[in-house]
Amino acid sequence: MFSKHREIFKFLSLVLVVLITPLLVHEGYLLNVLIFVGIHTILSLALNLLLGYAGQISLGQAGFFGLGAYISGILTTTHAINPWIAMLAAATIVTTLAFFVGFPILKLKGHYLAMATLGLGIIIYIVFNEAVDRTGGPSGLSGIPNLSIAGYTFNTDLKNYYLIWTFTLVAMGLSLNLVHSRIGRALRAIHDSEVAARVMGVNARVLKVQIFALSAGLSAIAGSLYAHTMTFIAPASFGFNFSVELVTMVIIGGLASIYGSLLGAALLTVLPEMLRAFQDYDIIVYGLLLVLMTMFMPGGLVKGIPELFTSIRARATRKVKTDA
Amino acid sequence: MLEVRNLTQRFGGITALEDISFNVTKGEITGVIGPNGAGKTTLFNIVTGIYAQTSGTVHLEGKDISALPAEMLAAKGLVRTFQNIELFGNMTVLENVMLGLHTQSRSGILSCMFKAPWHLKEERNIREIASEWLEFCDITDLADQKASNLPFGKGRMLEIARAMAVRPSIMLMDEPAAGLNNRETAELATLIRKIRDKGVTVVLVEHDMELVMDICDRIIVLNLGRKLAEGTPREIQENQAVISAYLGEG
Ligand SMILES: Nc1ncnc2c1ncn2[C@@H]1O[C@H](COP(=O)(O)OP(=O)(O)OP(=O)(O)O)[C@@H](O)[C@H]1O
Ligand SMILES: [Mg+2]
Repeated sequence: MFSKHREIFKFLSLVLVVLITPLLVHEGYLLNVLIFVGIHTILSLALNLLLGYAGQISLGQAGFFGLGAYISGILTTTHAINPWIAMLAAATIVTTLAFFVGFPILKLKGHYLAMATLGLGIIIYIVFNEAVDRTGGPSGLSGIPNLSIAGYTFNTDLKNYYLIWTFTLVAMGLSLNLVHSRIGRALRAIHDSEVAARVMGVNARVLKVQIFALSAGLSAIAGSLYAHTMTFIAPASFGFNFSVELVTMVIIGGLASIYGSLLGAALLTVLPEMLRAFQDYDIIVYGLLLVLMTMFMPGGLVKGIPELFTSIRARATRKVKTDA
Repeated sequence: MLEVRNLTQRFGGITALEDISFNVTKGEITGVIGPNGAGKTTLFNIVTGIYAQTSGTVHLEGKDISALPAEMLAAKGLVRTFQNIELFGNMTVLENVMLGLHTQSRSGILSCMFKAPWHLKEERNIREIASEWLEFCDITDLADQKASNLPFGKGRMLEIARAMAVRPSIMLMDEPAAGLNNRETAELATLIRKIRDKGVTVVLVEHDMELVMDICDRIIVLNLGRKLAEGTPREIQENQAVISAYLGEG
């Protein structure tokens, strides 16, 4: 019961931080970075459900993100459909697609699964580039309308900040509920011992596919939000590099941790902004970060930082004792 | 209760089981013994749907379960423990047992995400029943420990608690005494009897002969994939073929 209260307290603190941050950060550029942190958090959250909890890799997440963006973009520009309906359509289509693709793909394990999802992501990316008359090809799709509610349009950085973070917080809350439920337990069980989970009656095959579909659908919603906030999309944002970046966010933040997804997304969004000089070498920096993290903080930031503090404190007390 | 008929299993060139047939009587503790590599674990893997047999059938309470995959069997009342303990290491002891109640709960992804009222009620219910099984196996004090931190003996108890949570009619146990000290083995014997008294039929693979002879009603002996003998503990102890198989091995 105590830990339940602590969970609620932790979440409410986060809500508070999200609410007041814009009071401290006025600059449009910084708000923009924070908008990306929100979108990336949804994406790494979606991947973490699959990778961190169920233990199944996907290197095609950027593809689902892109599909969400393009479905929303095309429906609202070419077909003049309401953005909210377009978002709903994007989520539904991508979830369904991933569900059916998931059955054959998730039979694969380990490297094979990585290769298959990688291939899927690349195919989707090629479609964005080649279906020029629908997607605009490499030069992208512009003029995507902002979202609006009853005449109130989300057309400034500040408004979009609150819009995106509302989605992010809801996604985090729902994910927290999910991972602490019987489904979350079943996912973690599949991760730890698939054979024992099956013997206990968990239909591992179907559950993996369902989570894959959920993960894809959530990524599509993030894609749709991205399209309506940026009003312009191009294939370059949805390539293989970005899929790798998302895996890096999840691992650096902490596998099987909802708050870890936020930390990983925040770090990997803010860091490149600070290290502009590294622009062309970003994939090397991510690779290096991954190697260092797995060596020194295998539990990710979310476990590593508290451990660091305890070990520093332990060392300090030891020092006090020897001094005395 | 459990009928195994003409079961054969080949792995490439190796014949792990050849034409095995036997019946397990409801309410009894049936022992399955045999030297290393006799095919005992393979037998369990086939019965529990983890491997598909080369030929032969398995019936549970008269129904053919030969082709059913592992995940379908829990709901039919068949459950097992593993020779190399298979716990959910990153989950707490209580959560491990709660997973045993998976087939007795229904909430789907959406009701879990949105904390539907029936889901919350179900969750409370599961937690309560799981606690009772911890108590049954005498590991209540470990409820909040991470399963991977448990000492070996307690891990074995947790596996049993988790299996009992499935509410099985038959439980297959693969060498539950392996790695236990004398005191723990004695506790295990008491626990297995308690399980039998709850109406659960037990099939026990075990190398600890003292334990097997002590608690089993019937014993089946496998050797090199074939059934060597079957009978009461006394009959097995006096069986010449069994004695020479064990002496020949060791
Ligand atoms: N998946 C597999 N692939 C190939 N051979 C296997 C496989 N599983 C078991 N075997 C072989 O089948 C035979 C029987 O093995 P099994 O594990 O069933 O023996 P066991 O009676 O449980 O032995 P132990 O007492 O050592 O646990 C062995 O020769 C083993 O090498
Ligand atoms: Mg064995």
